[in-house]
Amino acid sequence: MQKRMSLKDILIANAVPITFFILTFLAVLVAKIPILFLLSEIVRRLSRNTFLVLALIIPVVAGLGLNFAIVLGAMAAQAALFFVVDWGITGLSGILLAIVISSVISIFLGWIAGKTLNRAKGREMITSMILGFFANGVYQLIFLFFVGSLIPFKKTDFLLPQGVGLRNTVDLFGIVDGALNDLLTLNIGFITIYIVPLIFVVGLCVFLTFLLKTKLGQDFKAVGQDMHIARTAGIDVDKTRIIAVILSTVFASIGQVIYLQDIGTINTYNSHEQIGLFSIAALLVGGASVKKANIWNAILGVILFHALFVVAPSAGNRLFGQPQIGEFFREFIAYAVIAFALAMHGWRSRKGK
Amino acid sequence: MVNFGSLREAIKRIDIPTLIIVFFLIGLFILAAATKVSVTTLLSDSIVRIGMNGVLVLAMLPTIRAGIGPNFGLPVGIIGGLLGGLIVMQYQVAGPIGFWIAVGISIVINFVLGWIYAWLLDKVRGQEMMVETYVGYSIVAFMSIMWLVLPFTNPEMIWAIGGKGLRYTLTLQNYFDKALNNFLRFQIGKNFSFPTGLVVFFAGSCYLVWLFFKTRPGLAIDLTGQNELYAISSGVNPKKARRNAVILSTVIAGVGILVYAQSYGFLQLYQAPLFMTFPAVASILIGGASIRRATITNVVLGTILFQTLLTVSLPVLSQVTRGDITEVLRLIVSNGMILYALTRTPKEAS
Repeated sequence: MQKRMSLKDILIANAVPITFFILTFLAVLVAKIPILFLLSEIVRRLSRNTFLVLALIIPVVAGLGLNFAIVLGAMAAQAALFFVVDWGITGLSGILLAIVISSVISIFLGWIAGKTLNRAKGREMITSMILGFFANGVYQLIFLFFVGSLIPFKKTDFLLPQGVGLRNTVDLFGIVDGALNDLLTLNIGFITIYIVPLIFVVGLCVFLTFLLKTKLGQDFKAVGQDMHIARTAGIDVDKTRIIAVILSTVFASIGQVIYLQDIGTINTYNSHEQIGLFSIAALLVGGASVKKANIWNAILGVILFHALFVVAPSAGNRLFGQPQIGEFFREFIAYAVIAFALAMHGWRSRKGK
Repeated sequence: MVNFGSLREAIKRIDIPTLIIVFFLIGLFILAAATKVSVTTLLSDSIVRIGMNGVLVLAMLPTIRAGIGPNFGLPVGIIGGLLGGLIVMQYQVAGPIGFWIAVGISIVINFVLGWIYAWLLDKVRGQEMMVETYVGYSIVAFMSIMWLVLPFTNPEMIWAIGGKGLRYTLTLQNYFDKALNNFLRFQIGKNFSFPTGLVVFFAGSCYLVWLFFKTRPGLAIDLTGQNELYAISSGVNPKKARRNAVILSTVIAGVGILVYAQSYGFLQLYQAPLFMTFPAVASILIGGASIRRATITNVVLGTILFQTLLTVSLPVLSQVTRGDITEVLRLIVSNGMILYALTRTPKEAS
């Protein structure tokens, strides 16, 4: 169905990024934040968060919708980092080891997640979300009650006073803090660019573009468009979907390692929770939908979403005299963007019938 | 006369997770008897928590029966309920009468909110659960801003420093704290006290909803949930039936949070409404409901099992392990239950 799109169609199709751009622009004006500071923050967040957002693309292409279960990958990454910390493996080798361990855990978790989502066709998103919450319970059980009792952990500084369970924050300083960032940096005036995480991001972009052109990539697309047709075409639908979820989980775990080495501390019981929400919101802000997403959506989304994130507290402070309002506002925006995208998806798929 | 065939049938229909929880619960009680924990105190606490949470679980019933699935947007109704409570506090209506006024206000507010919410859900047929969840999250974040800017002035409600914005938790001590719990409360022995008003209120709510499903609009909801085409051919407007179900669910949620608050003694604002949804969904599922079929029995049974489990596990398990394992247990049990319900084979689920 090739049809030239009118300006109105283009505007409607890109309503979310355009609205968001205007919103961010206004917030920047109100907040009166130095533009260089904003730029440096955005560049840093691009290298920190984009990998995680990119992890969401394959499940969207394969018709599973937004994979809220990427938090499983994030948990795997944190688990791996805890052990790297415990074994005291520092620097780049620590990071690489963390990536390897977390990938292995993620393959297993992704396989379970894929199996689960195959049992819930048509309601994958809510199932993946609940799966994330459920996994969070298991994660807490392991790291709050098993570490130090069933699972040996030598670094007692990181344990709660009774010697069982990890503390709320695990500091990566002196271990793997900035291990990727500091390998190669580029300073342009006030702005510091961390090259290596950006190379990871570009690498994943290239890999995704390449992957979608292969047989497997075509299978993802076919399954995403219509499972029945794909099945009659001889594609093992269930297996393809499981592969999509496994890839997504593994990428998310690597993304979380990159994210945490940049942040420098792990909030043991919170770091992973927000990741799903903010990554998904960023992807949607970039113009993706439940059925369509590409790498440009991810990149644009990270820029727009995080620009608002940086300026919202001071904009709230200027407008209402309370920085808290800005913080609640950006949270509201994250949720509202997802709610809006989901509503649009539901509305469109109803109209299409 | 007991019909053994139907009894066996009933046992066969009990879900495996429900059975596991029943056995776990029995095990906990045995453990409690073996340790020094007082079983009567546990029972007394359990009854309070059952009454406290029951109405919120009841809010799940209408939407499930209408074929929309559990109402993951419970915070929408909760916000209406909180507003009712806040208005009562702002006008300093003291004593139990405040509870009934709050309920009245919340019903009016939730009727409007529920109407809008129902309109939205109708637009997104097929994606309700996801949209509900995120509408719930959005409204909670939005209201967090509102709690900071709405013109409440009662010094007991706003921050002592700065004089602007509502506090995170508002104590109801001078208002309708324990309005239901203390109504006709009686004591048996030293450790067991029975919150008559609370239990009567929960039972009464269940009875009212049960009655509603015997009326014409109620039957229309049932029919729409079972088979939409059949409903249309019997002259039912499914759109209207679903709207009624959503409004009913929202209104019950508002009443439910007020019942919860009066028993707890505090109104909890900001993020708190978010933590009500999943336990409520899990409760009705533990009671044997699926995401397409539910009865009052599921509501009552589920609330009893889940709340007793939480009440009993805290003191009993803390003797065995260190730290508060119940919070983790609640996460695993409630989300595991929802996960089970979502991934049941399509034949059973629909």
